[in-house]
Amino acid sequence: MAKITLSTLAHSYLDNPKSDDDYALKPIDHIWEDGAAYALLGPSGCGKTTLLNIISGLLKPSSGKILFDDFDVTDNDTSTRNIAQVFQFPVVYDTMTVKENLAFPLKNRGLDADYIEKRVSEIAKMISLDDILDKKTNGLTADVKQKISLGRGLVREDVNAILFDEPLTVIDPKMKWELRTQLKAIHQKLGHTMIYVTHDQTEALTFADKVIVMSDGEVVQIGTPTELFEKPEHTFVGYFIGSPGMNIIPAKVNGHKAIIGDHEIILNDTYGKLDGKVELGIRPEFIKFSDDPNALPITINRIEDVGHYKIARTRFQNHDINIIINEGDDFSKDMHGIIFDTEKINIYENDWRVDP
Amino acid sequence: MKKTQNQKAWFMVLPVLILVAFSAIIPMMTVVNYSVQDTFGNNEFFWVGLEWFEEVLHSERIHDALWRQILFTVIILAIEIPLGIFMALHMPKKNGLWTSICLVVVALPLLIPWNVVGTIWQIFGRIDIGLLGYTLDQLGISYNYTQDTFDAWFTIIIMDVWHWTSLVLLLSYAGLRSIPDAYYQAAKIDQASRWSVFRYIELPKMKGVLIIAILLRFMDSFMIYTEPFVVTGGGPGNATTFLSIDLVKMAIGQFDLGPAAAFSLIYFLVILLVSWVFYTTMVNMDKENE
Amino acid sequence: MIKINKSTFIMILYFVFLLLPIYWLLNMSFKTNQEILSTFSLWPSEFTFDNYIVIFSDPSWYGGYINSITYVVLNTIISLAVAIPAAYAFSRYTFMGDKHLFFWLLTNRMAPPAVFALPFFQLYSSVGLFDTHIAVALAHTLFNVPLAVWILEGFMRGVPKEIDETAYIDGYTFFKFFGKIFMPLIASGIGVAAFFCFMFSWVELLLSRTLTSVDAKSIAATMTRTASASGLDWGVLAAAGVLTIIPGALVIYFVRNHIAKGFALGRV
Repeated sequence: MAKITLSTLAHSYLDNPKSDDDYALKPIDHIWEDGAAYALLGPSGCGKTTLLNIISGLLKPSSGKILFDDFDVTDNDTSTRNIAQVFQFPVVYDTMTVKENLAFPLKNRGLDADYIEKRVSEIAKMISLDDILDKKTNGLTADVKQKISLGRGLVREDVNAILFDEPLTVIDPKMKWELRTQLKAIHQKLGHTMIYVTHDQTEALTFADKVIVMSDGEVVQIGTPTELFEKPEHTFVGYFIGSPGMNIIPAKVNGHKAIIGDHEIILNDTYGKLDGKVELGIRPEFIKFSDDPNALPITINRIEDVGHYKIARTRFQNHDINIIINEGDDFSKDMHGIIFDTEKINIYENDWRVDP
Repeated sequence: MKKTQNQKAWFMVLPVLILVAFSAIIPMMTVVNYSVQDTFGNNEFFWVGLEWFEEVLHSERIHDALWRQILFTVIILAIEIPLGIFMALHMPKKNGLWTSICLVVVALPLLIPWNVVGTIWQIFGRIDIGLLGYTLDQLGISYNYTQDTFDAWFTIIIMDVWHWTSLVLLLSYAGLRSIPDAYYQAAKIDQASRWSVFRYIELPKMKGVLIIAILLRFMDSFMIYTEPFVVTGGGPGNATTFLSIDLVKMAIGQFDLGPAAAFSLIYFLVILLVSWVFYTTMVNMDKENE
Repeated sequence: MIKINKSTFIMILYFVFLLLPIYWLLNMSFKTNQEILSTFSLWPSEFTFDNYIVIFSDPSWYGGYINSITYVVLNTIISLAVAIPAAYAFSRYTFMGDKHLFFWLLTNRMAPPAVFALPFFQLYSSVGLFDTHIAVALAHTLFNVPLAVWILEGFMRGVPKEIDETAYIDGYTFFKFFGKIFMPLIASGIGVAAFFCFMFSWVELLLSRTLTSVDAKSIAATMTRTASASGLDWGVLAAAGVLTIIPGALVIYFVRNHIAKGFALGRV
């Protein structure tokens, strides 16, 4: 197991990248702590798979370095980096049994048969494959195949990190939960460094200690799930995480006052002078309906019932504002004012969050 | 996909049925007809029962042709299948100019009319005007495909390899291209050797197309006519007289309609039978694996 | 730029093997007969177009090309026209005897042409089609229709049935749906099937030679007959051979990117 350091790492698929737009991955500096579980979160095409492939050594970065425990491995290829990877689609060796699949990486490394036998049955037990060890792998369901490909990573004791590339894409929704829970359990037990790529925020937030949010080849925020929720560093993180995402409303900010349209909101903090595009961000969870005549006046477009809470789609002048109404919240259809929880307001200048 | 029951679908199949009936069933009936009759000319036929079949089955000439045919088919399968797979593994993997060049050059022999293939090798192998024959001659190797049995076989086998390996190559290549990159990446991570990658990833994934390739090559080589006919005309002697050449000689050359017809039927049945046996064993092997 | 690695080197060796005989034919087609027979040379010393001029000025030669192309095109059109509806039926419906019918169709692909040469000759003579383009085109459907049905059925199965159903719900008639929506979806399948029909019909000799004598004589037949008659006109024979390679090369060039895809997506 190892600490992984990315040092001004960048990648472009073009031979001679000219502008920033030519980079699939813009320069990034980051240290992946040994034994932590990370999630790389972002929409398709944001560069997360590129980053993953650079870590696994399938791609060579255009510039920058990658270090495993202070060892420069930028020029090493995949087979010498001692990483394991679980792919989007289950990769198993069809003609082999489950056991042979699990033993394969050890056999290729020339380990002795007794050790392989012992190790394989140990890991098989851990990921509960022990009762199908002698079955051929073709014909097994996708979730079992994914377990096998995970198992092929786990059998190796020298693994530096386990990488997951959207591993649950082809799994039944019912099995997704189970596999994810098992993954967490394995992580706690074995303490491998794990990097989990996904575009599904629930997966990322439930799996990882730290989430790295990417957009357009750029890392926009690295933080714990709570940080991403309460203090999104970028408007993208705000609306990408949460369902529905954060409300972003253009505002004028003056000291401790924010002005939306002709309405004034008193902020908890005082801000300096802000230039450019200034916006106020507030999550739907932190808005309440109110009868107060001083509240922000809105019109309700519709109410959606999504199970344990309701979403109100409303409009203030020409901005959409979503509000989450929990059971027991004070709400009636003729309430036409809303109040923000001022503690949870974030202020953005040119899409980036400003500290007070 | 779940299909719906629809008897009206017969109307869509009807044109095919009529066409194939016209070009397969009617001629086939003629063949069957001839196979049980004899004639002394003047369109007078009389019934001879299974006599022709017995004659064909006991004919040494046809036995010899059959053995030659089997030997030929076995040899070219043994060369073309491994060579085609081997070459497919060396095809470029990324799309680009080089890939296009490779595809065009590789496919070229497949689209040359068969008699021209024959002509090309007929010329190429001649010691007076052909590059191959001349070179061998200059090297002091006695080579003459019109006189020597071994040389005739050598020429025809090289010609067939030249002509048809590309088909195996293209099919294998298509099979290889359908393997997702993730498999190769996983193999790298598992430190699999080149041989393991072939044995456990590429070969299993190519199995489907290889079955087709072997089946097609078996059928076509078993029916080969034009190329050896042009190059050697079946000679020297009868050394390269394969089944089709023999049959055409018998039917059109000597106009022995009865035996030729009986021969045709047996010939067709043998191909059907071997194809069927071959196909079902492959399919069963596939099922056992699951 | 092409990097010369091991694979490229092996491919180039294979290219040499494939192209050398073709080069030799090309080389000979630019030589005079006298040069061919008197000296052995790796390239023509007296470069001449005479052999090609002979072909383009003699109707019995260039007529052969026109005849061949005519029946090949006819065959491709007929094969596809009957195979497309049949393949659709096989891919979408079950009906009485469908499996047997499909298998029986395929067995025709396994029939040796030599078996059919004589009966075809008699059949087409008796209906007065002997020595016509349509006779050869029909004869070749025996091999091409089963193949086309097989390839197309594979492609059509890949098109989800929901697409048909949606179109009907949207008020398309069957024919409008087939022409406007379905055909474009399986365009590459039709391309692959057409490629194979073209290929088998173009390269076949035995049946085309048996079924024609003068008016519809194919280039392949012209070549074998001339070779045996005049015996030694190697230059013209080589030039005729080179000219038969060109249509094939053109076809491959146009479908090169579909070959691999077609094989992989379709039946095989």
